[in-house]
Amino acid sequence: MLKRIIENHYKHIKQIKMVRQYETVFIMTPVLSDEQMKETVSKFQDYLKNKGAEIVYEDHWGLRKMAYPIQKKSTGFYHLIEFKADTQLVKDLELEMKRDEKVIRFLTVALDKHAVAYNEKKRREKEAVKETEGEKEN
Amino acid sequence: MAVQQNSEIRYLAPIAVDIKKKKYCRFKKAGIKYIDYKDANFLLKFVNEQGKILPRRITGTSVKYQRKVAKAIKRARHLAIMPYVADLLK
Repeated sequence: MLKRIIENHYKHIKQIKMVRQYETVFIMTPVLSDEQMKETVSKFQDYLKNKGAEIVYEDHWGLRKMAYPIQKKSTGFYHLIEFKADTQLVKDLELEMKRDEKVIRFLTVALDKHAVAYNEKKRREKEAVKETEGEKEN
Repeated sequence: MAVQQNSEIRYLAPIAVDIKKKKYCRFKKAGIKYIDYKDANFLLKFVNEQGKILPRRITGTSVKYQRKVAKAIKRARHLAIMPYVADLLK
């Protein structure tokens, strides 16, 4: 308790690193070739890694139909990255995405403990399904 | 001639009085803590045909989770997972 009060008091003097878990979904234009698309994805992966973020999970949804057109395009490549990073890094990442014209939409969400638990559960279920499918093939 | 007035109306079968079903919050009941904005099929239960968010008085969701539902739907809309405006969504 006392420690927290002291930390709060000195927050503005020495910046305390706050690491949180985030989830970013971004949509890339459908005009990209497979290679260009992968390049863009890896660009953001590298950006995160270089800035000291830890990538927890990734999911490529592929080409998906959007509910309404964005920039006169009705489909887009969806990609999800879940990562642990400092709060400051999110701002930089979003700026980077804004500058990249291949990305037409993005959203970063801070995950609370329930969200983290939910995502982990979902991942486990996915893996379990994969395993059973593998067994069937064997 | 005495006309017998029968003021009391009698029914052969008991009239069906609507017993209001108590609404409940499905999140509290099922113990759901997090509402995923990526799950469009689930969020579809909380919007009407035009894609508008349904009020609590219809869905029965508690205040705490209604806020979360609204937030999830708005996030889904931003990512074009759900439409902002639509007709005949269902």
